[in-house]
Order: sequence, then C-alpha cells, then structure tokens
Amino acid sequence: MRHYTNTGNKDTRSGFGAGLYEAGQKDGRIVALAADLASSVKMDAFFNEHPDRFFQCGIAEANMIGVASGLAISGKVPFVGSFAEFVTGRVYDQIRQEVAYGRTNVKIAASHSGITLGEDGATHQTMEDIALMRALPGMVVINPCDYNQTKAATIAAAVYDGPVYLRFGRPAVPNFTPEDFKFEIGKAIVLDEGSDATVFATGHLVWEALQASEILDKEGISLEVIDIATIKPLDEEAVIASASRTGAVVCAEEHNAAGGLGEAVSYVLARRCPVPVEFVNGGDRFGQSGTPAELMREYGLDAVNVADAVRRAIARKK
Amino acid sequence: MASIGELKRISTQVRRDIIRMVTGAKSGHPGGSMSSADILTALYFNIMEHDPSTWERDGKGQDVFILSAGHLSPAYYSVLARCGYFPVSELATFRKLGTRLQGHPSVARKLPGVAQASGSLGQGLSAAEGIALGKRLDGDSHLVYTLVGDGECEEGQIWEAAMFAAHHKIDNLIAITDWNGQQIDGPIDQIAGVGDLRSKWEVFGWTVLEGNAHDFESILNVFAEAKAMTGKGKPVMILMRSVMGEGVDFMAGTNKWHGKAPNQEQCETALSQLEETLGDY
Repeated sequence: MRHYTNTGNKDTRSGFGAGLYEAGQKDGRIVALAADLASSVKMDAFFNEHPDRFFQCGIAEANMIGVASGLAISGKVPFVGSFAEFVTGRVYDQIRQEVAYGRTNVKIAASHSGITLGEDGATHQTMEDIALMRALPGMVVINPCDYNQTKAATIAAAVYDGPVYLRFGRPAVPNFTPEDFKFEIGKAIVLDEGSDATVFATGHLVWEALQASEILDKEGISLEVIDIATIKPLDEEAVIASASRTGAVVCAEEHNAAGGLGEAVSYVLARRCPVPVEFVNGGDRFGQSGTPAELMREYGLDAVNVADAVRRAIARKK
Repeated sequence: MASIGELKRISTQVRRDIIRMVTGAKSGHPGGSMSSADILTALYFNIMEHDPSTWERDGKGQDVFILSAGHLSPAYYSVLARCGYFPVSELATFRKLGTRLQGHPSVARKLPGVAQASGSLGQGLSAAEGIALGKRLDGDSHLVYTLVGDGECEEGQIWEAAMFAAHHKIDNLIAITDWNGQQIDGPIDQIAGVGDLRSKWEVFGWTVLEGNAHDFESILNVFAEAKAMTGKGKPVMILMRSVMGEGVDFMAGTNKWHGKAPNQEQCETALSQLEETLGDY
C-alpha cells in the first residue's frame, strides 16, 4: 500500500482563497461576490488585490446569485462565496433558474460544508447540499479533499465554461496531495491501488479512507482508495473499472445518505457492475454542536467507520 | 425611431399577437402582457439602443433588457419578433413542444433577444444589476432596462436588489414597474398590499419617476427623464400606471385574465377590438 504524508493541517477554504487569488491574477474576467462572509470564505486576498472586481452583497444571498448571473452574462467569471447552506438550500431556486437553467458561468464557492462546520450547529451545517446541486441539470459538483486539491480545483473551475458547485470546509485537515497537482474536472483520482475492496471517497473522508487503508493493511486487506473529487459528472469508467476488479465497494462522504456520492456511485454500479456496496455517511438526520473531530466520530464518519464498512462489503462478496 | 403614431400601430398589433398566441397555446398570461405591451413597444422601437442583427447574449455595445416578470412572455416575444430578433411566424409556436418560445423566457434554445431565463419571480432585477455592473467594469456606457410587476414586488429578493443597487450606485440601470394593481389571486391591495411603492423605492435610495403606461407621450417623456437621471449615482425606477388587460373591454381592469387564455369566441371578440395594423403572423 502507498503511504501518504500529512505535510501539515490546513483548511480547505484557504485552498479556495489561494486558488481564487491565483486565478484572479491570471484572468481579469474573474470577479467575486460575498454575502457578509468574505473573510470566513477566505476571499480577502482577492479583495485586497482587486477591490474593483469584488462585490459585497451583504446578508442577501438570493440577490447575490442573481447579480452573479448578470455579471456572467456580461462576460465575467463570478465566484460567489458563503457558507454551503446559504449558497444552496437558501437560494436553490435562484441557482436553478438563473445559473443552471440560465446556463450562466457562475462558480458557487461553498465553504463550511458538512458536519465539520462544528460548533454553530445544524442551522449552519448542510449535509444535503451535494444532493441539491447534483439534481440540477448541467451543474458540475466538486468536493476536493485537502488544501492543495481545493486550490487546484478552484483554478480548474475558473477555466471551465459553465456552472460549478465547489464544496469545501472550515477545519484544518491533513494536507497530503501534491502541491503541483493539475486538477481535471470529471476525473477520478486513484490514490492507492488494492485488490480486495474499493473505497470511493470525497472531501474530508478521503484522508479517513487512507487511514482506514493503513488499519486494514495490518489485517492483510488490500484496499483501493479512489478520490472522487468531481461527483458530477462522475467518472463512471473509473468507478466500474475499480469495482469490477475488487468486487466490493464502500462510498464515504461527509453528507447525508440521500442524493450524495453513495447514490451517485450506486446508480452506476446497479446498472453496470452490481457488487456489494456499503456506505459511510451521515444517514438521515441533522447535525449538532461539537468540535469537528467529535462530530466526525459521533456521526460515524472517521477511519474506523470506513474500515468497518470495508469489512462488511468484503464479507458480502460471493 | 418610431413616432407616437407608429408606436400605437405596433402596440395594437402586439396586442393582437398576444391574444392569438395565448388562444393558440390555450394557456399563458394575457392580462399583464396587455398592460405592458405599450411599455415594451416603446422600449424596443424608440428608447433602447439595440440592433437585432448584431445582438449577442452578452449585450456588449448595446442597451440590454431583462424581463423580470417572465410571465409577460407573449408581449415580450411579439415585440422581439416585430422588431426583427426572429421571424414573426415563430410566434405561432408559443408554448408548443420543441419551441424556442417557452412558456417563460428561456436561454436553453438560444432565442435571440433573450439574455436570461425568468418566470420564477423577483430575480430579473438582480440579474439586470449584474449586467449593469459588467458594463461598468467594461467601460460600456450603454444602459440596462428591466421590467418587474407590482405583484412581483411582494418577493423579498426585489428589496435585496433595491438595497444592493443603491449601495453600489448602479446608475446605468432603469427599472420599470408595470403598476397594474392586480395579481393572479386578486387585486394586490386585497392579497398582500405592496403599499406606497413610490415612497418605498425612494427610501431605498432610488430616483423614482411616474408615467402612464398607455399614453405614448407620457411613456416617451418619462423615459427621456429617466435617461437624463442616469449617471448620477442612483438607480432609476419608473412606476408605470397601467391597466391589466388593457385594449380589450372584457379583459381590462380585472385579475380574471391574469393567467387564463380566451376561448375561440372570446378571442374573436377581443380581436374585433384590435385593428390588424402590421399583418397577423
């Protein structure tokens, strides 16, 4: 198995901030909009460098989405940033009509996604956003796993022509993917090859999957770990190639069961490669206050849970 | 630039088109289409600087119009066709399977003249403001126009957009309210009154003007005044007093025809009150 080294904990939202800044330096069409959470979403560097290309919208997310769509119509590449709940659930219809159906080149930068938002509690923790954004025709859904990958994904989203939902988080988490990684939208990333089971993981669960691989290696289980950074469009061929080889699958995500990565992968496997599939997700419930690490344990989203799910999946192999 | 006499002839034909389109589709929104027909005719045939032959969705180098009240699509499509964005014959496809003339404006099938999807209310003003900011960034001095309904002003997003435009001094934007006092469930005052619209827009930081939506002299004067008020650090709102269903006696002044198509007999009666000035599609 391949061992990955954490080069130091960093928050993925800062990866977004760095990516936005770098993309903004290269492309004058890039503009940014915030709804009073510009600093939380790490838009400061961009704002300080390009105050003329930054629009503070105040606590008014619906208008922000519409203004962004208008800027996109006039040829700009707008990034709107806020907490994930407030740029998805709160403004679903605005995104649906003016971004997805309206086919405008808007990038939705969703910080503080999932349970690891932590202490603010369930009003601010969305575990449903991937489902909402996946449901929109033509929407690209990206959930990178660490700082470096979030930075690279942001730069890739800026170049891509069309609506993108870019999901990242608040806490400092292991940074382990290469700094010079070139992010390709729609391409699964094989982090480790194995023969007994495959974990398809996204976001913060990718690191947990790698830790699970270390646990299982000691038991003689060879785990394939695939980072599904782009949930839509899903790299179906990569999913089938791996599942058909290992014959057992686990889908791991910091999201509820309904409409997330697990259902996306299962939709492919059910039709083209029916193998046992187990799931690591938040189930069907709301979050609560707590530290990110406590919540990951409480909601069954850490490496131990991934390892358990792998054992279950292998046990179901015929 | 069309004269007042020509504008009257055009808007009469637009009203015929509206009646025939919604009758043909057996659905659609004639009431607000009739109340906004004169405003849209004046915009496209006299007020706006635009060229259908070079139009692109980004609106660069032209004035831009966004229909926020997307259900007024019959009036919008008729005016777009009559000034050359697409063939007038295409009006016959309104709301039919495969059409570019979707029930509410769509960009999915690339209908020339339409820059943004609308229909879910309260959103077009925000989009218009974004386009206006884009023009400001590009140094493009052309204006952005948008039309909202008065009932649409019940949507909270309208007031988010009102604050945003004033705060960011979006002064290359002229918004128009089709102020007909009706919405689908009844008179606005009886449903969820929007109150004193003039005072509301003023305290939100806008320059507010008023006009009569069915008097072209008033329309042209108020637009001239509005244009003169652009570039002065404030967005401009024109409240256009209008009559829902204007132009057909049994439709005028009631919410009954907000979202209902006439039957064939009612269609004939309505058309008998509207002279065929430019030739039916």
